[in-house]
Amino acid sequence: MGRKWRGTPLTAADIAEGRVATAEWRPEAKYAWSAGESIGRFLEELQEGHLVGRKCDVDDTVFFPPRSFCQEHFVRAGEFVRLKNTGKVETYSVSYLDTDARRLEEPVYVGVISIDGAAEGMGFMHFLGEVEEKDLAIGMRVKAVWKPKKERMGAVTDILYFKPV
Amino acid sequence: MRKVAVIGAGMTLFRRRLLETGKEMCFQAVQMALEEAGLELKDVDAVVSGSAPDAFDGVHMKGEYLLDGAGGVRKPYMRVFTGGGTACFSPIAGWWHVASGLADVVLVVNEEKMSSITPHPQYAFANIWDPILDRPLKPNLVWIFAMEMNRYMTVYGIEKADIARVAVKNKRNAVDHPAAQLADPNITVDDVLNSEVMAWPVQRLDISPPSDGASALVLASEDVARQVSETPVWISGVGWCIDSTMWTNRDLSFPEYLARAAQQAYGMAKIENPRKEVDVVEPYDPFDYKELHHLEGLLLADKGEAPILTREGVTQRDGELPTCPSGGLMGVGNPIAATMGIKTGEIYWQLAGKAGRRQVPGSPQVGVCQAWGDLMQFSSVMVMRA
Amino acid sequence: MVGIGYEGFPRETPHYSFKELTFEAALKAYEDAGVDPRKDVDSFVVCEEDYWAGWSISDEGAPDQLGGVLRPLHTVSGDGLNGVANAFMQIKTGYFDVVVVEAHSKASDILTYEGILTFAFDPLFYRLLNAHPHFLAGLEMDAFLEDHENTEEDCAEVVRKNRENARHHEAASFGGQTSVQEVMDSEVLFRPLKAAEISPLADGSIVLVLASAEKARELTDQPIWIRGIGWSSDSPWLETRSLAEARYARWAADQAYRMAGLERPRRRVHVAEVDDRFAYKELQHLEALGLAGGNRAGALLREGFYEMKGDLPANPSGGSLGVGNLLEASGLFRVMEIVRQLRGQAGEHQVEGATLGVAQSWRGIPTATGGVAVLEA
Ligand SMILES: [Zn+2]
Repeated sequence: MGRKWRGTPLTAADIAEGRVATAEWRPEAKYAWSAGESIGRFLEELQEGHLVGRKCDVDDTVFFPPRSFCQEHFVRAGEFVRLKNTGKVETYSVSYLDTDARRLEEPVYVGVISIDGAAEGMGFMHFLGEVEEKDLAIGMRVKAVWKPKKERMGAVTDILYFKPV
Repeated sequence: MRKVAVIGAGMTLFRRRLLETGKEMCFQAVQMALEEAGLELKDVDAVVSGSAPDAFDGVHMKGEYLLDGAGGVRKPYMRVFTGGGTACFSPIAGWWHVASGLADVVLVVNEEKMSSITPHPQYAFANIWDPILDRPLKPNLVWIFAMEMNRYMTVYGIEKADIARVAVKNKRNAVDHPAAQLADPNITVDDVLNSEVMAWPVQRLDISPPSDGASALVLASEDVARQVSETPVWISGVGWCIDSTMWTNRDLSFPEYLARAAQQAYGMAKIENPRKEVDVVEPYDPFDYKELHHLEGLLLADKGEAPILTREGVTQRDGELPTCPSGGLMGVGNPIAATMGIKTGEIYWQLAGKAGRRQVPGSPQVGVCQAWGDLMQFSSVMVMRA
Repeated sequence: MVGIGYEGFPRETPHYSFKELTFEAALKAYEDAGVDPRKDVDSFVVCEEDYWAGWSISDEGAPDQLGGVLRPLHTVSGDGLNGVANAFMQIKTGYFDVVVVEAHSKASDILTYEGILTFAFDPLFYRLLNAHPHFLAGLEMDAFLEDHENTEEDCAEVVRKNRENARHHEAASFGGQTSVQEVMDSEVLFRPLKAAEISPLADGSIVLVLASAEKARELTDQPIWIRGIGWSSDSPWLETRSLAEARYARWAADQAYRMAGLERPRRRVHVAEVDDRFAYKELQHLEALGLAGGNRAGALLREGFYEMKGDLPANPSGGSLGVGNLLEASGLFRVMEIVRQLRGQAGEHQVEGATLGVAQSWRGIPTATGGVAVLEA
């Protein structure tokens, strides 16, 4: 074909040992995101030890996590609804990676947990705990384990993990 | 409406680290594509840029930064962005630049320089999660794929070995790709199954590598294409679709958003039975299971059937439905948006009969390329004809 | 253009998430257009940059609040006017009848605005100068005043005019009476650029609904037509681009005017909304758009040509200086304002009898990229 495939490969050592010129920069990029009405309420309720969803008045779908509008019917959402602390594992993973892709000695168990009382399959991501790896299963019933009240900050981490019921 | 053809493609080597800056990689890919099209930059009416998160290159408004390398100075220059889906989405944007009548010749230039960010490209991915619901858990990007893969395997009862076959096929196909980063002629299913567990069920050899690279396409109106090209490849259908941001609210076992994008593209291309009519396909394969998931979403396999087709050899380069004959992201590399070169670019080369050692037999007439992105929620699909 | 809606434009919106802010704007736009986003809209275009959002792949966060779930939706890493260009092209292919364009600013979520601007400069050259990013505006203004027949007082006059105009805009946050002297006396930050000449940040979301000609006539008695649209970029290198002239705006205007068949725009255009994120930019842009008879924007301004009651009101909304810098929504704001003017719905800042208008965008520091749209009633 006579095509020219170009590009000059480098190794990590080329950079580490200064064989090519580099420039370093750490961006100054900080934010304080407004949670808004629904997630704001969700976080407040977490601090109180409750899970809360929000209803669409068109067909009574209960969203979890709550939101201020129904994305299906495109209307403002209705009332907040307190939900149970229990749910079902929709899927999970056994992860040996931390957030920077560094290897963990002991894996963390993470899953998507759909919450009882919310619409079918509506859940959020959280950790799974007090469980052996071999016992993890999709469909497993679980329950939230909360931080002591005085340590809660109005964040998803006010729940430590979900454990098998 | 105006017919639009691809008349040239180009790409750089895909490597973990390239010396070239993002601008320089764009320049190399553009030169190769223009050479194949027999055109010069002055013939180009508009430029479309595609690139995934700015965090990789470490430049805010990365499109503005890349613009001279992409040939965009003093031209209408537009960057579109749908995460990994950009790989087949910027060609769609190129299509509407021509199909609308606004331009006759358009360059589409995709770039990704993932080596700039330290300590690891994963660091950028940490910020793709919802800042309030997900990020406090300090997630790793691989989690989300591991959870999707687990759900897919569990719902359809799929064995890991059948997924590993995709990694083996693509890394072996990549041996024939001059730009490949992770080709391996001798890899086996056992190698994949015995590789290090990252986030179960994802193991090291289930994942495509981070890469530097760029790719380019030249798109032209029918008049120009027939004048300058012996082998124009026509864009006959395009589709794209996004699902809700709330990825924890849907069943991850089937990509409904992709099925909708595919239906849009097939409808436009007047394809009634994709399984019969499509001769070659390049689905997005950043993980081995994604090729399977995407074959099903593209309606080229029933739900849960893609692993069986793979086991039976249907998706081999000489099979009935050659899938990722390029070697895919698994074998050639994954410079996110720049994988356009092995998706849209590869289908162009295959249908033009210019794929060299990768050429699928039987002079294919209809090809499909697809890419996928965002929080497991977006797909772009293009149907092309020789 | 068959529908417009906005929510804004205060300095901060702590009670809204960016999604809720956009939902409010979308509700209004869909009501105005008489469309149901879940049934009637063929495609959605969102204009956004990751580092404004604080979210890598910010496309992820776009669909729900627009009614775009499981529909064709994509992001343009550009200004809202670039989004309009994409919607325009999609409709022109013949495959799309109704397309929605959204852009927003949640600038109040950003704690390090200057740090992010700096991050847009070339990493190997300019960034390492460690200068405040607005140094570039100072350089440009200096070159502009040197080359063109305008003065520092003319730039100060732009601030006076736009803040005055903004007093009559129902949602502007920075309207007020400011004298030229007050602007001249404000702190010189990047000589000759002064503190009062820099538009302050504001929050807001804007949603526009576009339709094909046939569909538009079905939806409304008062469609506003896009007669021409163009966008262009000068060099990303500061050394090889023009600092004195906004060439990107001239090239974009050439494209838009050619498409619109518009000649002698200064005589024909009734109203213009142009980028004024720094006061000198308004004059520079008016000249590049051929709305100043060469390099005479300052002189025309002094003669009252661009005032509300003048021959060609420029930024009757109050512009960015009066309403606020809306980041990537800035261009969409200008398009929306022209639509309001041509519909006769601009309220207290209505330009009498306007039927032909021009909206122009610039992507801000450090870019030399912008767009132009010609709209007609
Ligand atoms: Zn509803």
